[in-house]
Amino acid sequence: MAEPEQDLKPHATPSSSQGEGWGEGDFLDEDVTTTEAEERISVATAGQLMWWRFRKHRLAMVSAVVLIIFYLVVIFAPFLAYVDPELSEAQRSLMPPQPVHLFREGRFEPHVYAVKGARDPKTFKRVYVTDPNTVIPLRFFVKGFPYKLLGVIPSDIHLLGVEGVPVEEALFILGTDLNGRDLWSRLMFATQMSLTIGLAAVAISLFLGVLLGGISGYFSGTVDTLIQRVIEILRSLPTIPLWMGLAAALPGSWPVQRVYLAITIIISLLGWTELARVVRGRFLTLREEDFITAAELAGCSRMRIIFRHMVPSFLSHIIAATTLAIPAMIISETSLSFLGLGLRPPAISWGVLLEQAQNIQALAISPWLLLPAIPVILAVLAFNFVGDGLRDAADPYG
Amino acid sequence: MNDQRTPLLSVRDLKTYFFQDEGTVKAVDGASFDVARGQTLGIVGESGCGKSVTARSILRIVEAPGRIVGGQILWYDAKGQPTDLTQLDPDGHQMRSLRGREIGLIFQEPMTSFSPVHTVGNQIIEAIRLHMGVSKAEARRRAIEALRQVGIPQPERRIDDYAFQLSGGLRQRAMIAVALSCDPRLLIADEPTTALDVTTQAQILDLLRELQQQRGMAIMLITHNLGVVAEMCDDVVVMYLGRVVEVGSVDAIFHQAKHPYTRALLRSIPAITTPPRVKLHTITGSIPHPYNRPSGCPFHPRCPERLRGLCEVAEPALRAVGNGQSVSCFLYENRA
Amino acid sequence: MLAYILRRLILALITVIAISILSFVIIQLPPGDFITSYIASMSAGGGTVSEAEVEALREQYGLDQPITVQYLKWVSQIVQGNFGMALEWNRPVKDVIGDRLTLTVIISLAAVIFTWAVALPIGIYSAVKRYSIGDYIFTFIGFIGLAIPGFMLALIVLYVGFRYFNANVGGLFSPEYAEAPWSWAKFQDLLAHLPIPAVVLGLSGTAQMIRIMRSNLLDELRKPYVMTARARGLTEMRVILKYPVRVAMNPFISTIGYLLPYIVSGSIIVSLVLSLPTVGPLLLKALIAQDMFLAGTIILLLGVMTVIGTFISDLLLMWVDPRIRLERR
Repeated sequence: MAEPEQDLKPHATPSSSQGEGWGEGDFLDEDVTTTEAEERISVATAGQLMWWRFRKHRLAMVSAVVLIIFYLVVIFAPFLAYVDPELSEAQRSLMPPQPVHLFREGRFEPHVYAVKGARDPKTFKRVYVTDPNTVIPLRFFVKGFPYKLLGVIPSDIHLLGVEGVPVEEALFILGTDLNGRDLWSRLMFATQMSLTIGLAAVAISLFLGVLLGGISGYFSGTVDTLIQRVIEILRSLPTIPLWMGLAAALPGSWPVQRVYLAITIIISLLGWTELARVVRGRFLTLREEDFITAAELAGCSRMRIIFRHMVPSFLSHIIAATTLAIPAMIISETSLSFLGLGLRPPAISWGVLLEQAQNIQALAISPWLLLPAIPVILAVLAFNFVGDGLRDAADPYG
Repeated sequence: MNDQRTPLLSVRDLKTYFFQDEGTVKAVDGASFDVARGQTLGIVGESGCGKSVTARSILRIVEAPGRIVGGQILWYDAKGQPTDLTQLDPDGHQMRSLRGREIGLIFQEPMTSFSPVHTVGNQIIEAIRLHMGVSKAEARRRAIEALRQVGIPQPERRIDDYAFQLSGGLRQRAMIAVALSCDPRLLIADEPTTALDVTTQAQILDLLRELQQQRGMAIMLITHNLGVVAEMCDDVVVMYLGRVVEVGSVDAIFHQAKHPYTRALLRSIPAITTPPRVKLHTITGSIPHPYNRPSGCPFHPRCPERLRGLCEVAEPALRAVGNGQSVSCFLYENRA
Repeated sequence: MLAYILRRLILALITVIAISILSFVIIQLPPGDFITSYIASMSAGGGTVSEAEVEALREQYGLDQPITVQYLKWVSQIVQGNFGMALEWNRPVKDVIGDRLTLTVIISLAAVIFTWAVALPIGIYSAVKRYSIGDYIFTFIGFIGLAIPGFMLALIVLYVGFRYFNANVGGLFSPEYAEAPWSWAKFQDLLAHLPIPAVVLGLSGTAQMIRIMRSNLLDELRKPYVMTARARGLTEMRVILKYPVRVAMNPFISTIGYLLPYIVSGSIIVSLVLSLPTVGPLLLKALIAQDMFLAGTIILLLGVMTVIGTFISDLLLMWVDPRIRLERR
């Protein structure tokens, strides 16, 4: 097909990839007179451009801050906890969350009231009574149980503590579980576990996805068809029953670390397909681009083309897809652990904590056991928003 | 056709703006021209000059965030009574009975102009039944007839084909059949041949001319291809950045172009007589960004003949310069 | 067209084979063969297994032969409809699963129907009225729906039902029908209990479907054929419903390929919380009791079920999309 020779300018095809409909599609791809701001844009690196676009998504920015806070909790979990998460005491079973008062007689002086447990003589249920006469002041940066920050730095300083009495007998910010373990402290450690397992699983998925998606997209032909079929099959499998089967087959005698690793692998084994799909799609598009042809003609080696030219230009897409894949991993872990098939005690994760809220009886008596659902929802939402923002920033037309 | 110069459509100072977060794009900013009965009017200009938006404004199918913010679009019915289309409800009965019935539209991309999941026949029959109030069987008969008239072989079979089963040329013929199925008085052809190869282009243009002669309809031909204009049109409107810069008969425009922009456009066409290996003339500069159009005459930053202190300050109005030709340029202000 | 069906059929078969291998692997994973665990569990239950019975079982499943032979024997048993014995119940797996599998299918179908019935109109609305308040609200609800895993939503529903309505919203039947044989009344009872599980199960899928429908439709709305349809004088409503919605429906329908596995997956875990008599709780029990035979069979059947569902949706897609129907390859 010969294009008309005397065209004044290639006419803008109103294609779907050009944003806001007709009016804009007709204009935006024209050369523009450069202003100062535009000059700044034209010399910016791809990363800068992405950051500028990302900054415009308010929700994504807020979510990014939320995620930063989450990962600070991951790092400082033992510092934020105030009681050893394993410390159980039947006398303190199922205590409800305790209100923290910030002011006393008009002065800023955070404190709680002492709580006394007793058994109801008629129902034999444990009941807890607040004693408004015994004021227990809160203290910051106090000594408590020893721990190693990030597994290396030994310390025994904790953000919160109380004066006068052992902290485990006085402070129950989020209440306690059936075994009388402090929910707040356990939640801190659970956050550490659940958020790192999400990252670890996504790392493995990413490796598989980029490798197989890259092979599929770059070499095409039979290899591509084969990998595509495998992906199609994996995507059509109901994942939870398979995970359950695989997870249940893990020997019960395994130590926590090995179960952690195995669960991570099980989750990522079925989770890499979406990433592979994205990588393949980008490869296929890029292969047709002129600058890749130019590099080929210039005699670049295949590896150099892939790593110097192709990977940098779709890195942003990979980052976005990875961010969007993490919440699925977190939900997977939480679901499996919730069923009692994922991480098992003594490991603490969001799913493990929620396992105690499994039935209506438990919920009816102690609804605060459902509290760990909040960080799950928050984290998943935040990852989704950040991922969406990144995706838009990586590809404003996509 | 005794009253050839009586208008069918009269666009007066039309303004269609797109309101976006980043700013307002004045896609059409005060365009005025007439389409005479049975005649062909060519609208030319670079992409982004507002040609297509003008066409959509006439049909009242401008999409949000676009809106007609001023001007008149006068449509003269068979008795010569004008209706201002800008005053009608775009989705109302009156406007819809014009669309497809009185005004047909064909697009550049015949492939994407058809629904991929409906047969060609379905889309023609739909238009016929909607406007002509005939039975299904009769509509189908007319649809086959319409396909035959545009030169599609075996129309009885082709009517049940999908657009993706037809070749590019046949698709555009089918598109014309849809547009002409209700015998409209005006056909708006928006870049009808751009997506076709040169041979097919010529065939489609011949077909359009032939159909026009048979039916006496007017054609508003939107194109950036001056060759097509020279071949097809009676009159020409030259647009730049949403404004009409020059209007005239095709002879006047090609032989006595007044506006510097029109002259630059004409210079950029290669001719048989152009010596080989000579760089083709181009218009200096590029189209300004739609958000910050230049002050004064929109063409002044690129104009080789601009009058300092005047062109960048004031906007010239469209003025008749005789011989049915009008131009909006200060170079001709005092001669008018 | 035939080629398309054939391709899909072959893919479905390969998928079934892949699932069967995975299920077999799961059965084989725990140490010792399942006959040993069978004997162990029988003895623990006070029963005895005769030497001859053990021999017969070993012969039947070829336990002394290579693993591939074992696999083939197992598959051929299953193809003949012999799913083996459920250890804990000491009944044939078929009897244990039967009704529960049917209920799983019913619940999953209900969830799919709910998902589509809600996602389709909302997706259309959100695309047509893009950036309207309604669009923002639905997008927000959609995100929340995505972020709450099914079991958590089930817990919340359960808690709210208990706390504020003083009702147990779990279960699929009223107590008087739970053990009753099937009857019209029991069926009606089932229908009355179906909405809550269907909504809980369908919500996150609905959120995804809304987003898919919205972006599909947005893509289609920009295409020239919409403009030409408008230019033909149709009402806006008719233009949108007849053309872009119709075109956007196709990828929407094809999403069942992963909506179904997703919902079946979810049904397992939601059933547990809402105590629905599906295969979910059974699977969990079997896995915890290390009754891998029952577990493997359930996983296999669930997998096959999704494959069949996906295949049906492929046929549906072919029926609605002429581009596939008329493909000449």
